[in-house]
Formats: sequence, C-alpha cells, structure tokens
Amino acid sequence: MTTEHAPASMYRATEGLGVWEHKGKVAAVGIGHSPTTRRWDGTPENTMGANSIFALRQAIADSGVDPSQIDGLVLDPVTTTGAHWPPGDPIPMDVVNHWNKTDDPLDGIAKLSAEWILKNMPELTNVKFTMYGQGCMSHAIVVAAQAVGEGRTHTCLVLKSWHNLEGRYNQSGISAQGEVPGTFALAPGRTLWGAPGSYGTALQFAEYCRKYGKSHDMMAPFMENSRRNGLLFPEGYWAQHRPEQLTPDDYLNARWIAKPANLFDNDIPIMVSGAYLFTTAERAKDMKQKPVYIINHASSRGAQRSVLPTLDEVEAETAATGRKIYEGAGITADDLSFENMYDGFALFHQFHIEGLRYRGMQNGDALDFYQKDISIEGPDPILPSGGNIGSGRSRFWMHTDCIQQIQGRAGARALTGVKPEIGVSGGPMPMGGNFTVWSATPD
Amino acid sequence: MVKQGVVPDDLTKPFWDAANAGRLDIQNCSACNRLYNPPVAACTQCKSADNLEWKQMSGKGKIYNYGVVYDCPVRLLQQDQPFNLAVITLDEDPGIQMYSHLPGTPVDEVPVGAAVEVIFEETANGQKVPEWRVVG
Repeated sequence: MTTEHAPASMYRATEGLGVWEHKGKVAAVGIGHSPTTRRWDGTPENTMGANSIFALRQAIADSGVDPSQIDGLVLDPVTTTGAHWPPGDPIPMDVVNHWNKTDDPLDGIAKLSAEWILKNMPELTNVKFTMYGQGCMSHAIVVAAQAVGEGRTHTCLVLKSWHNLEGRYNQSGISAQGEVPGTFALAPGRTLWGAPGSYGTALQFAEYCRKYGKSHDMMAPFMENSRRNGLLFPEGYWAQHRPEQLTPDDYLNARWIAKPANLFDNDIPIMVSGAYLFTTAERAKDMKQKPVYIINHASSRGAQRSVLPTLDEVEAETAATGRKIYEGAGITADDLSFENMYDGFALFHQFHIEGLRYRGMQNGDALDFYQKDISIEGPDPILPSGGNIGSGRSRFWMHTDCIQQIQGRAGARALTGVKPEIGVSGGPMPMGGNFTVWSATPD
Repeated sequence: MVKQGVVPDDLTKPFWDAANAGRLDIQNCSACNRLYNPPVAACTQCKSADNLEWKQMSGKGKIYNYGVVYDCPVRLLQQDQPFNLAVITLDEDPGIQMYSHLPGTPVDEVPVGAAVEVIFEETANGQKVPEWRVVG
C-alpha cells in the first residue's frame, strides 16, 4: 500500500468556508503515549519506532476498540527534533533487524513510514487507508479528522513520533560544514548568519515589546504556570524525569540563546510518541471513553514578504486563523472554555491567543493578562496542558489535554474555574499551523 | 567574523557574483515591479519566471530589528559569541530584509531604526557577502 501526503484540499486554510461540513461527526475516543526520554539509548527496545508502537497500542487499549476494527492510520513521517543521522555513520543493523524492516534502514529509527508500522503491528489486520500529515501532530489530526469526516476511514489511528539522538540541537549537518549552498545561505531561518531556531520568534517578541511597551520579565508568570501544569501531566518529560518547579528567578536568570529568548523560552527536545483514535460520532456513542467531538479544524498558511515575518504579518495571520477557527466551528470567542495553543517557543504564545481574541484580548494585551490568575483553578486558564514548555517538545500535549479535560480525565490538571466544554489546540507557528476545536457535544 | 563559505547555485549566482563585484543586486520582477529577497524561482504575483531580473540597489538601509546570539548552531561562528544579528530593510523597499552581524556595533548596543550602508566581507572560501554597518 502506497501512502500519500495529504492533499491541500484536506486542510481548511482559507476564510469564508462556512461551518465545517463534518462538524461534530468525528470524535476522539482513545489516547496513548510512550514514556519520554531525553535521547535514544541505542537499544532496539527504545527506538522511536518502538515508542510509536507503544503509543498506538495504548490508544487502542484506551478506546476499547478491537484492533481488527481499525481501518485507518495517519502519521507524520518526519520524526526529527533537530537531530539527524550523521551522513556516513554506520546504521546499527542489529537494531534494524530487530524489527520487521522496510527498504530504508533508518525507518523506525530516524524516520517513520506507515509501512513500517503495519509491518510491526500484526494486529492491525484491516487498515486500508493510510496518509501522511507532515509537520506535527496538529497536521496529522486535521488530516485524520477530515478523512473520517469524508468517509475514507471510520476508525483511524493518529500518530506523531519524535526521535532525538546524541549531539546538540541543530549543530550537526550543514551547521558543521565549511561551505553552504547559495540558496541556503540566503534562506529564512538557519542561514549563513547563524540564527538559532528561536531567533525569529525572539525578534518578533522584541518588536512586540517595543510596540506595546512590554518586557521579557512579564513572561515569568506564564512560564511558572506552564511548568506547574506540566508537572501535573504524568505523561510529560519534566514530570517523569525532572520534577522541578520553575521559579520566576530561575526563568529570569537563565542564560540567553537568542536574546530576548532564553533557555527556558525554548522547549526541550525529547523522544516521545503520542497517538489518538478517531472514529465517527455514531460509532463513538457506545465506546469505552466519553467521545470528544471535533467541531472544526482550520489551517494557517501565512507567507512572509522577505526573510523574517514582521509583527504586522504575524498579527494579521493569527487574527485570520482565529476567524477561521470560529467560522468553521460556528462559535465565538465567548464559547471557548479554555485554550491550548502552541507554545514552543514560549515567546509566541501571545500571538496565538491574541489572534483568538481569547477572553476578549486584543493585540498587545496578553502579557498583562499573564499577570492575573491564569491557573487551572481560575476563570481564565492559559495553556492548562503546560504545553511544550511544561512537558517537553511533543507538540501534542495540548491536544491530549483538550481531550482529557473534556472527558474529565485530566487528573490533577483538571480545570476547576471553568467547565471544560469547548477547547482549542494547535500550532505550531503563528504563521503556519493547524488547529482543532474540541467539544463535549457534537453541536 | 568569518562566515561559512558559500557555493553559488543557479538561483543565487547573480547575487553572489554581484557581491564579488562590490554591488548589492536584488532580484526583481520587471512586470510587477516587485523585489525579492530571498530570490524566487517565479514571481509570487504574476507566477512567471520570464520577467525576473537582477537590479542594483543603493546599498542604503535601516536597522529594523535585532537579537543577540549566545548559542549559535553554526560551528564556525561559535567562537564569536555573543554577537549581534540584525535585520536590515532596504531604502528602496522596506519590505525587503537582509541579515547582518553589524560589524563595528558593540554587542546589544544596536540602534534600531538607524541608517546603515552595505559593505562586503569575505567568507571562509573567499566568496564575498553583503554586510552592513551603521552610518555616522
């Protein structure tokens, strides 16, 4: 079976599309996560592929669905956290041969195909639909939701996995070479000038602070809240390995990476897999878990004019994203119980929630909002998942939290200041990402 | 600061050749009168590659924004940390940006909005690259 990338037509990327035609007809009914680790230990049992299988089986068990009933699989084939297999380095064939392999020996180690999953999960006997939603879990979710809505699959696994290898973030490969191609040298992002990954976000944040009279130290309550929520997320990296609260002093005294972005403004790259099971609302009625209905998905495909998105470009795009989210769901900002927009890098979360007009905020309001009660106990919760800052770079804690909050399974993280009925999650970038609206009811 | 060497490719060769000649040339769609940096394979407005040309700029600009890099992924630049990394906008079109290390400007003392002019520096393999310094 050949697996194709999702066509552009499966993403709802423009305004004016009206209410999503499959609103409330798709539901999440199962969740699974692998354990987290900082890096791969080199053993066959702890590869990214092994984590993937673990998470998928957890999601299946959580849903109570018999594996033979599953007929779809959507995943992201790109699994790097910024770590790439060094060209020329020998591939450990004992690891490769531990699993049922594909033609690519790095499959299951540093990349992931649907074929590898199906070869190594013999219980999935009935999968007839596979598709790639490349980017992160936010991509895979909207592709899977659209696929179930369109009837391409009725019981579909959704998977995102990450591998992390030895070595520092993005410092291998082209960063270590003496020469670079001319096009790379001039491209946005990593270039001849040596910009770290968070540099672009740092500059947008700097412009934001100049325009609205804000400062980096105003981020401290947000960071403290995110780590607190992350430590209440037992599936997360910090909760599992380093259960340390982050104080404002810790945050404000951290070393810079790309000033004004410091160490904690960057999420920590980890190994982890996450999986969900989606099905039709009709089938979901009688399943083990309370269904959480998807009432819209929306995508952002912003295009910057030149090297770096300007603040004006970012704010225009996030506002458009907010309008698409509400239009397709047939709701307004007032209907949101909570938000779980993307946060890794921390310094762009405010763009997402201002674009949403969350709790009525306008551009330039978010950092003042962070100085108020943004806890899970209050009426205006910010990022109850703790996000990637609170639990490590998975880019799926926000989705898991939306499902768990609405199901009443968020444990110590449960929202108590609001009744969790409608939540929104997604990202990653303010200029480009995918977003999902989750609801306790289909309408 | 010596940057990684640059190997010009088809799309960018005119830019790098101009830099070696001491000129700042930026790609332009003559049909749309629209400048591009980074260069593109086709104009995003008219969708055609037929009218793409290279146009000499004045080499004058402004500092739009900046950050200070303390943890650089590029091995060759790590010995120079921390360093300024600014975004310059061209006077011909403030929508067109270029990166700069702002040679001569002390770290984290960057005058946002100040006028700058282009200079050309050699990279590790001798290819010249546009850089910018504060005027006056």
